[in-house]
Amino acid sequence: MTLTQNRPAAPAPQRTSRSLTTRKALFGNGRRPGFLTYGLLIAFFLASAYPLWWSVIIGSRSNEALGETWPPLLPGGNFWTNVGEVFDTVPFWLALGNSVLISGIITISVVGFSTLAGYAFAKLRFRGRNWLMVAVIATMAIPTQLGIIPLFMLMRTLGWTGEIGAVVIPTLVTAFGVFFMRQYLVDVIPDELIESARMDGASMISTFWHVALPAARPAMAILGLFTFMTAWTDFLWPLLVLDAGNPTLQTALSQLQSARYVDYSIVLAGAVMATLPLLALFVLAGRQLISGIMQGAVKG
Amino acid sequence: MTTTLNRPAAGRTAATKPKPTFRQRLNVFDMKASPYLYIAPFFILFALVGLFPLGYTFFVSLFDWHLLKGQGEFVGFQNFAEVLQDRFFWNSLFNTVSIFLISTIPQLIMATIIAAVLDQNLRAKTFWRMSILLPYVVTPVAVAMIFTNMFGEQYGLINNILSSFGIDPVMWKNDTLPSHIAIATMVNWRWTGYNALILLAAMQSVPRDIYESAAIDGAGSMRRFFSITLPSIRPTMVFVIVTATIGGLQIFTEPRLFDPVAAGGTARQFQTTVLYLWEMAFQRQNFGKASTIAWLLFLIILLFGIVNWLISRRIATNGDDRGAASRRRRQRSSAAEAKADDAGLTAQAVTAPAAAPDSTPRSGK
Repeated sequence: MTLTQNRPAAPAPQRTSRSLTTRKALFGNGRRPGFLTYGLLIAFFLASAYPLWWSVIIGSRSNEALGETWPPLLPGGNFWTNVGEVFDTVPFWLALGNSVLISGIITISVVGFSTLAGYAFAKLRFRGRNWLMVAVIATMAIPTQLGIIPLFMLMRTLGWTGEIGAVVIPTLVTAFGVFFMRQYLVDVIPDELIESARMDGASMISTFWHVALPAARPAMAILGLFTFMTAWTDFLWPLLVLDAGNPTLQTALSQLQSARYVDYSIVLAGAVMATLPLLALFVLAGRQLISGIMQGAVKG
Repeated sequence: MTTTLNRPAAGRTAATKPKPTFRQRLNVFDMKASPYLYIAPFFILFALVGLFPLGYTFFVSLFDWHLLKGQGEFVGFQNFAEVLQDRFFWNSLFNTVSIFLISTIPQLIMATIIAAVLDQNLRAKTFWRMSILLPYVVTPVAVAMIFTNMFGEQYGLINNILSSFGIDPVMWKNDTLPSHIAIATMVNWRWTGYNALILLAAMQSVPRDIYESAAIDGAGSMRRFFSITLPSIRPTMVFVIVTATIGGLQIFTEPRLFDPVAAGGTARQFQTTVLYLWEMAFQRQNFGKASTIAWLLFLIILLFGIVNWLISRRIATNGDDRGAASRRRRQRSSAAEAKADDAGLTAQAVTAPAAAPDSTPRSGK
């Protein structure tokens, strides 16, 4: 908005990279936004980052830092001592392993089944396709989380409470995944490609394997990323079916806070430790995450 | 496709006409059955882990049902009657809606502003986008812990800062409204950037020449924002609201951890409905009533969904001023998608991904 307004005023005074010139050609304005914009962006950045930074500060000091009138701005030297306390209080590594395992299995399952079903809905003709698709969409609006009581009873009857399987099972498939893959595949695979594969005598499944799967890869990656995030952050269900001795990272973390006397330097050191894996993922796959959200990925 | 595929093959064999070979019959079977095989896992699993539990919840709600003792007497709708007269239930509903409103409204306004700021010819685009998405990778449990600490009543960062300005400390946990604000802040912090990116994608699919001609006609930047940008992103806005509703009405983690001992504060001042459900099921061990609460909440979410759907339909039908982006999207959408649009808000909004390919060339930079 600001840019169009300023357009006639001055030719862009900065580097003439190619993208910039094409932009100028396309939109008729190469004007960069002013200080106000960047001031706001810096404010947003600080608001995003500060709470995390605060947890690093407190997590690396002791509880006394909280009493100071002027809050400290820099981390102290106590981080590893606090982390040691975290390790003594909860089975951190076990929890981390459980979280990786659970999120991994859920991701593979959701992505696999969603791609298969999404491909069928996008590219195959069969009786009832349209209304079955509508059924899938309708189920997206159903808050399945509210079925926890029968699911809990089921897991108890099966004797699975306390085990990883109990956490994994209810989320092996999502309607959103099917819908997402369908939307992607419907445009991305030309029908001719499937037809010619079929004419060459490929069976349906090998057509799927050799034509659809390679084409679906980018969307699978995005769906996988978000499924992983959702599974990783889940709290209510693992809290119900797992016990303190065999937790996920989230439930283990919550145990740190449930003690009668809460030592925040330890709690926040734990929070920092638990955030690191996702922070690493964010650094590696942040761009994909952004493009996934911008293509309409939905929160879990 | 089955038919088109079939034809050439049939043509080839037409010369030799007689009975189809085993191979051919296998082929036909493959073609007819495969689609169902591919979608079957989804439907079977969904029936098992999604629909069945929800239906069974209703069944349980008709009984006296204890966590340990199991199924008791059939009581009909007595649980419903009791829960509907239970002031803790209404209290939890009030808290849920209050937290939902305090989190959703400022969040949407903020996300729109952020998106508008990001929707410019920025340097280091990716960096700024990543910076606002950063909170999303902090899990709700960690978010709750960090903010519970910051909102501490005695030694919390926020009260410390307030008192250094001479303001009395706020009772972030003990008072109802402050506790709702604190919990809403946790939600807002994590989701604002995420929603800003969704809105940014919608803004970027508005053709720039509309802005150009508006500017030539003398529309200022504010006018352009309110007359072009906002109407264009309305369908996406509905989508964001719908997902925020479905998620927001089921909020659990943040209020659960804000007071790790009591379930939702000593006087239940921030006990949400799912938290009450949890308390009913696993502390009071009354599965019958807990199921009733679950089912009532389900109905309420459905009600919100229908209201949302009606609103989004109105937007869709009287949409003369809808942005070119959505119009274009509509043109592109196939019959099936149009059907999907009718099927519900979720779909209406999620067709947004279909429009993404247009915007990627620009947003990709």
